[in-house]
Amino acid sequence: MYAFDFVRPKTVADAVKALQAEDAQALGGGQTLIPTLKQRLAQPSVLVSLTGIDEMKGVCRDGDVLVIGGGTLHATVAREARAHYPALAALAGNIGDPAVRNRGTIGGSLANNDPSACYPSAALASGATIVTNSRKIAADDYFQGMFTTALEPGEIITSVRLPIPQKAAYVKFEQPASRFALVGVFVAKYAGGVRVAVTGASNNGVFRWTEAEAALSANFSAGAVKGLKATAADLIADLHGTAAYRAHLIGVLTARAVAAAG
Amino acid sequence: MPKDFGIGAPQKRREDIRFLTGRGVYTDDLKIAGQTYAVFCRSQVAHGRIVSIDTTATAAMPGVLAVFTGEDFKDVGGNPAGWLIKSRNGEPMREPKRPVLAHGKVRHVGDAYAAVIAETYQQAKDAAEQLAADTVIDELPAIVDMAAAVADASNRVHDEIPDNLCFDWGWIEDNRAKVEEVFKTAPHVTTLELVNNRLVPNAMEPRASIGEYFPGTGDYKLTTTSQNPHLTRLLVAAFVLGIPENKLTVVAPDVGGGFGSKIYHYGEEALVLAAAKKLGRPVRWTAERTESFLSDAHGRDHVTKIELACDKQGNFLAFRTETLANVGAYLSNFSTATPTFLHGTLMAGPYKVPAVYVNVKTVFTNTAPVDAYRGAGRPEATFSLERVIDKMCRELNLDPFEVRRKNFITTDMFPYTTPVGLVYDTGNYQATLDKAIEVGDVKGFEARRAESAKRGKLRGLGLSTWIEACGIAPSHLVGVLGSRVGLYDAATVRVNATGNISVMVGAHSHGQGHETVFAQIVADKLGIPEASVEIVHGDTSKIPFGMGSYGSRSLAVCGVAMTKAVDKIVAKGKKIAAHMLEASEADISFENGKFSVAGTDKAKTFGEIAFSAYVPHNYPLETLEPGLEETAFYDPNNFTYPAGAYLCEVEVDPDTGKVQVCSFTCADDFGNIMNPMVVEGQVHGGVGQGIGQALCENTHYDENGQLVTGSYMDYAMPRASDVPFYTVDYSCQTPCTHNPLGVKGCGEAGAIGSPPAVVNAVIDALHRGGIKVSHIDMPVSPARVWSAIQNA
Amino acid sequence: MPKVTMRVNGRAVSGEVEGRTLLVQFLREGQGLTGTHVGCDTSQCGACTVHVNGAQVKSCTVFALDVDGAEVTTIEGMANPDGTLGRIQQAFQDHHGLQCGFCTPGMVMAAAALLAENPKPTEAEVRHHLEGNICRCTGYHNIVKAVLAASGQDVSAIAAE
Repeated sequence: MYAFDFVRPKTVADAVKALQAEDAQALGGGQTLIPTLKQRLAQPSVLVSLTGIDEMKGVCRDGDVLVIGGGTLHATVAREARAHYPALAALAGNIGDPAVRNRGTIGGSLANNDPSACYPSAALASGATIVTNSRKIAADDYFQGMFTTALEPGEIITSVRLPIPQKAAYVKFEQPASRFALVGVFVAKYAGGVRVAVTGASNNGVFRWTEAEAALSANFSAGAVKGLKATAADLIADLHGTAAYRAHLIGVLTARAVAAAG
Repeated sequence: MPKDFGIGAPQKRREDIRFLTGRGVYTDDLKIAGQTYAVFCRSQVAHGRIVSIDTTATAAMPGVLAVFTGEDFKDVGGNPAGWLIKSRNGEPMREPKRPVLAHGKVRHVGDAYAAVIAETYQQAKDAAEQLAADTVIDELPAIVDMAAAVADASNRVHDEIPDNLCFDWGWIEDNRAKVEEVFKTAPHVTTLELVNNRLVPNAMEPRASIGEYFPGTGDYKLTTTSQNPHLTRLLVAAFVLGIPENKLTVVAPDVGGGFGSKIYHYGEEALVLAAAKKLGRPVRWTAERTESFLSDAHGRDHVTKIELACDKQGNFLAFRTETLANVGAYLSNFSTATPTFLHGTLMAGPYKVPAVYVNVKTVFTNTAPVDAYRGAGRPEATFSLERVIDKMCRELNLDPFEVRRKNFITTDMFPYTTPVGLVYDTGNYQATLDKAIEVGDVKGFEARRAESAKRGKLRGLGLSTWIEACGIAPSHLVGVLGSRVGLYDAATVRVNATGNISVMVGAHSHGQGHETVFAQIVADKLGIPEASVEIVHGDTSKIPFGMGSYGSRSLAVCGVAMTKAVDKIVAKGKKIAAHMLEASEADISFENGKFSVAGTDKAKTFGEIAFSAYVPHNYPLETLEPGLEETAFYDPNNFTYPAGAYLCEVEVDPDTGKVQVCSFTCADDFGNIMNPMVVEGQVHGGVGQGIGQALCENTHYDENGQLVTGSYMDYAMPRASDVPFYTVDYSCQTPCTHNPLGVKGCGEAGAIGSPPAVVNAVIDALHRGGIKVSHIDMPVSPARVWSAIQNA
Repeated sequence: MPKVTMRVNGRAVSGEVEGRTLLVQFLREGQGLTGTHVGCDTSQCGACTVHVNGAQVKSCTVFALDVDGAEVTTIEGMANPDGTLGRIQQAFQDHHGLQCGFCTPGMVMAAAALLAENPKPTEAEVRHHLEGNICRCTGYHNIVKAVLAASGQDVSAIAAE
């Protein structure tokens, strides 16, 4: 790692101020950023740790919306969202491993927008609102491609608002080495229709599979997606799977997610 | 009832106490006054000519103490190949020099071409980054694919080796024509082309080395992650740096796993020693995991065509193989032995096949060196045999259990000379197969398959019957075969005045449990408490010149040396006792820790004899030296031949291609068992690695020679959820006939026998599901299974 | 240089660190607690697992300054007060749940965290919990068995002992 200064503000306001320094970088749980720093692939002048900001932590319910502080740990979501949004809790409880879940945060995951991360699929499928220190961003506008989001430099995700669906499930097929999603599919059924978000599969990051959404909105059953091909997206091809394999998995996992959602 | 003492007892390991409380001392745990830090500059390209390395800016950076490049070592020796192989035409293999630091050319990604020593690790890291920026390397086309390497003479890993070929080896060359005849007339021939996938050993402790130099005496000390400190000393001192061996102490303290990768001498060890001398300060280096991926010796990497000739009933008539074996960019110490004498000699398996011919072409490529990794050559042989046999059974619609059974060498045939040069001393392959069928509940398979089918899963059963030659090795044999070292081992048993014992052994424990098991044996032989025996290993200044641990040899070679030293202790004790008891030596017997005069109640305890040896007031000094310390060297007269039968059951998810191992059953014959708990642990570990090779571990270099799977993000290590509980049985025991302990070795068995069982199970599952796939190369990843299903 | 203070194995410790100093470096180099090991650089092997305020974390992926004021437990703090092996450590010895010992501290710390929140885990739960801890020696058999045994469950039916 290159050398940098380290600050750990107590409030969002102080964090925002600290992030105005040139080449300052926010540090959530660090589970992706720290390995990146170790490889000397980033050279921040100052790391602004968000772990000391209590106002960004916690899970609470606001009517039909689950509100999760941006600094909330995966482990906390796994525990505290269970009663309200079990599919989301299950997703959080299956990210990485227990140690990762005890440091990694929802805000950090969404800000990083790794194309194979789990949380982006939940946020997109839930039609979540990403709340930052300065504005609210609809999930449909937030994810802008691999490792790319609508966040401006220095902008911090303070909370995430996820409308609670009638039924939902997330099914992940793990890349054998990293255990990130080779493909992950989050299906959420709302009164207004079904949303299907796919992670792990596309060079453009998480995306909505609209054909499946239409089919499932008409008929919420695993059979409804049979034969559908997720062909539109620019699918990843790598050592762990061809684009065709990923396309196939999207269909299989979507059907399984629908079955699991019940 | 299991024994609770000595040989055969499932004794808990004494070394566990320190490991479980954080008090183990691994190389990187040491802190030495005045220590400095080495960081290496490693090539980012697979193949390139070093144009210039400008050290000026680097040398002036804060904390930088020294900068080394290949130029600094051009006049010292190279890291040698330990085994000379001759090609079929009689020519010796090609042996390019392997320098401490790359000189002239870099030959694989990760090839170290420079090193920086600084006061702190961060300073060294910063400086190495600067030096890399000030280095000009002209990239050359990478040579990655073995077939292309041999075909294209214009692009060379080593300029002086025109066809990138190290050797073209035939085994046994005299069999070639005979085998050809058999194939011409055979009623059936099954052919299989397969890949034995390259593996990264991934001992959890990365390699680390600390060099020290003591100017007052001119002594050096190397603390390093080694499986064999004396061998490392021989290589780095005598061959590379030209230091007299008696001026260098090599210490391998607690070592966190090896699996072969820590047998070899690596350039980093020479560098820290040379740097320590230059600076007069200790120099330390610990690999980052990324460096381990790039620079540890890898394993396997064979591309093989195997043919099996048989009659229509499945009686084997001949095997023939053609293999391209990758040695990587340089010859690592035993890289030439692994694809040849550890592989070709096993190509008869446990079968009475009359004719076998093996051809191995070993190829240089711009990849990390490849050498022995747990099993070393024998897993490659076993995989080829057991896969082609399975394929033949399917082609001829024969039962794979019965085909193996009818081809087994039978118990009345031992000692049995195979057509590939080994003499199996003993075994009972039918017994281990029967045992596997019993404990693996083959009868219940159909019910389990039906249950899996209800859940939409295809269940399959895979069998592999394997044999290995280990307890490496008889020096007289390996010498004939090209080895440049002896492969005996040694132990010193020092009885202290108060009767407790220090045993200095040449074997090195890096997880095997020698401190416990060797003490069990000595205590058993001497009839004294295990707690009074201490095993000392890993320090050349304390132990006799042994050859270390690999090739499942610790017990079968060093353990036997130790028992021979104990025998000498008893023999001397009898002489002392005879004097003290005023009896004739012939009348003294030794049992349960007591020397007694036959037919009388006169006796001396072991402790009394020991005391007398060191306080020789009443002692036959005119005929016997005082003291009670004996050393024995032992060189076996044959390999040992553990064998067994492995069964694997898998479930394949036909929608995703994912394979889950449901059960794994091992029925092994290891001869006599010293500590069943430790034996089981060794088998578990080997099977875990074998399942890893079969299902997930993939070392992939792209066409530019970049290691795509250079971290745990892409190199899939088996995790707890990837494997089941294993069933391990070792009740079939045909003791080794040529060592007094009757032991055979168990360290590599699991890794040798398991991969074909797993792959056979996957193929079986697919066939039972109506998917006619004849082979899938390892690792049998979900993507590959799915793709095979699509193409079926 | 900034100063960091924490309680490690019940003892108040402090030291000067850099911003980039990882918790594992603070423990190993600063405090001499070398039982916590570093086995990789991508946060996957788990050999460096410790507890921070009772939660298992990878100390190679946490900055020392980020846990200022925390309660940290390492493998050196897992023995009984009289120095004998703690329950989980003892189960690892009893069931041969370790060979080379390098991943062992991380395994023990992970197991302790599991049993604290799930005192009677199933085999599948144990395996799932150990997702972030890689062992190359044992094939996991005896590790899983040891964790189940440490939870007080009968492991005599598990194959091979």
